[in-house]
Amino acid sequence: MVIDAQTASSIAAPGPVTTKVRRKRTAMSRTRGEKIFAVVNVVVLLLAVAITLYPFLNVLAQSLSSEKYIDFGDVTIWPLGFNFDTYKIVASDPTFWINYRNTVVYTVVSTAVSMVLSTMFAYAISRKDLRGRGFFIGMALVTMLYSGGLIPTYVLVNGLGLTNTIWAIALPNAISVFNVLVMKSFFENMPRELEEAAAIDGLSTYGTLLRIVLPLSKAVLATMVLFYAVANWNSWFPAFLYMDHSNLYPVTVYLRNLIAGATGAQDAGASADSNLTQISANIKAVTMVLTVLPILFVYPFIQRYFVSGVMLGSVKG
Amino acid sequence: MTSTAVAPEKSPVDARRAKRRVRRSPWWRNWQLYSLLVLPVAFFVIFRYLPMAGNIIAFRQYVPGGNIFGNAWIGFSNFELFLTDPNFWQVFRNTVMLGGLALIIGFPVPIVLALLLNELRSRGFKRFVQTTTYLPHFLSVVIVGGMILQLTSLTGSINHLLGSLGVQPIAFIQDPGWFPAIYVGSEIWQTMGWGTILYLAALTQIDENLYEASRIDGANRWQQTWHVTLPGIAPTIVTLLILNIGTFMSVGFEKILLIYNPATYATADVISTYLYRVGIQSGSFSYAAAIGIFEAVIGLVLVTAANFVSKRLVGASLW
Repeated sequence: MVIDAQTASSIAAPGPVTTKVRRKRTAMSRTRGEKIFAVVNVVVLLLAVAITLYPFLNVLAQSLSSEKYIDFGDVTIWPLGFNFDTYKIVASDPTFWINYRNTVVYTVVSTAVSMVLSTMFAYAISRKDLRGRGFFIGMALVTMLYSGGLIPTYVLVNGLGLTNTIWAIALPNAISVFNVLVMKSFFENMPRELEEAAAIDGLSTYGTLLRIVLPLSKAVLATMVLFYAVANWNSWFPAFLYMDHSNLYPVTVYLRNLIAGATGAQDAGASADSNLTQISANIKAVTMVLTVLPILFVYPFIQRYFVSGVMLGSVKG
Repeated sequence: MTSTAVAPEKSPVDARRAKRRVRRSPWWRNWQLYSLLVLPVAFFVIFRYLPMAGNIIAFRQYVPGGNIFGNAWIGFSNFELFLTDPNFWQVFRNTVMLGGLALIIGFPVPIVLALLLNELRSRGFKRFVQTTTYLPHFLSVVIVGGMILQLTSLTGSINHLLGSLGVQPIAFIQDPGWFPAIYVGSEIWQTMGWGTILYLAALTQIDENLYEASRIDGANRWQQTWHVTLPGIAPTIVTLLILNIGTFMSVGFEKILLIYNPATYATADVISTYLYRVGIQSGSFSYAAAIGIFEAVIGLVLVTAANFVSKRLVGASLW
């Protein structure tokens, strides 16, 4: 019966309208097994959501709880002994704020450097009239497959005297070849006539890039800024390697040192309570919350750009 | 065509002609385009190719702060050293073990999740699940490490849960036996949602008529999944599997560095963390560089082989 109706409707009027009709019909004629599966499916997916969210909620709850409840391991997703004291302790540590400001500065400068270099490179290799284009593309692709490795890079950055400067963070990873490939494919899909018309009107290559190409590429540029900015915000290892003073650390290294049980806010906590490890568990939680907060705020807006970036990259890369 | 090499004639007419020829050549006309390449190429040369050349210190004596290419040849002694170093073989085993486990256990998870998401009728709920499970992808590895340490600590949530079942607290993070589980579990937590993106994209490409035809043939939902959906995304699965095999040795260096400790070195220490300790913490740069070369060459061979197989099998490749 059902099959007959479906075939009839799809023969009568093929196209998107029939698809809708058909979907509705199958929805009505779901078997018992399918209904059970639908329920189980939702339960399994809710479980996946719960597992994903639990660590976040746990950290948030710990950041708002008092030490003695964490000590007994009782804090799950509800704060126990609700208080903001730990936030006050962390906020009273000047190093925390210096490091937080460093993160902002490093992120802005690194992202700016990355964007300038990546845009120049991606635009140049997107132009079919560039002689030696294959060579330049190959030069970038090779670095995706084989890298010099940690030790020679470390030796080089030290040799260049970049240690303890922002350039040790901003320069060694300035260009992400993946991002360049995404930009390149975007520029390649832009109508060539626009650039030719601009050239006929007397615009130089610089002029064409600045006045024609870039204004039309705001979508991909915004996506790339997000890619680089999130990566820079989250980065800790270059700073950990190349920065020797706590005044130069980004907040991620501050947090890393808390986790590894080194100085910092722990001292501030020790004065408030003698139980060192306990305060530090609270403080870790608060520092984690404060570090991740900006990412969580922008996350709903940036998520779809990242998804589209993955798709673009998978087509070309 | 490339007439940049100007003929060294003295005659002014010839010189002018040569100059004109240079101006007309594509190199000259496009000088602005080439000028855009100067800084990026400098970046690649300095920060990508110089370190490759800098690996030469594996064969040379290097004094910290001295010449970045080393001072004197010492031959293959560093390679002989690590091939007979029991620590090296331990970290090699651990690298293969952790990378292999993460691949075998972690790889199917996004596929299953994508299939489950695909069966949902409610678009809103689907988007909700996607948005939530993508979230860990955006976190700093320091946050992830911190969460792992909190959850697995003696007073953490996992021990709390076990305690309510009557199990004594376990010092997960001090116990080498638990490290692979912690590593693989957290890898799955981080990547399962984000990994669904390409599968979900492939799922939307499956022809709706195939489902209809299979329904007419009397296939139930499970049979439709088995005979239509899975074959439909098989090329994506195979491609991603091969690419993952190609990179399985590059285990999460930064994460391990954050969550391991001397008590768990037996299972947690991998090639990259070992060479970090040997090289940067102990200052044996040449020895660590030798290990680094070994690791990079294995990685290169794996990726190249995987790419070759992928090209032959499914026609998809990185290059």
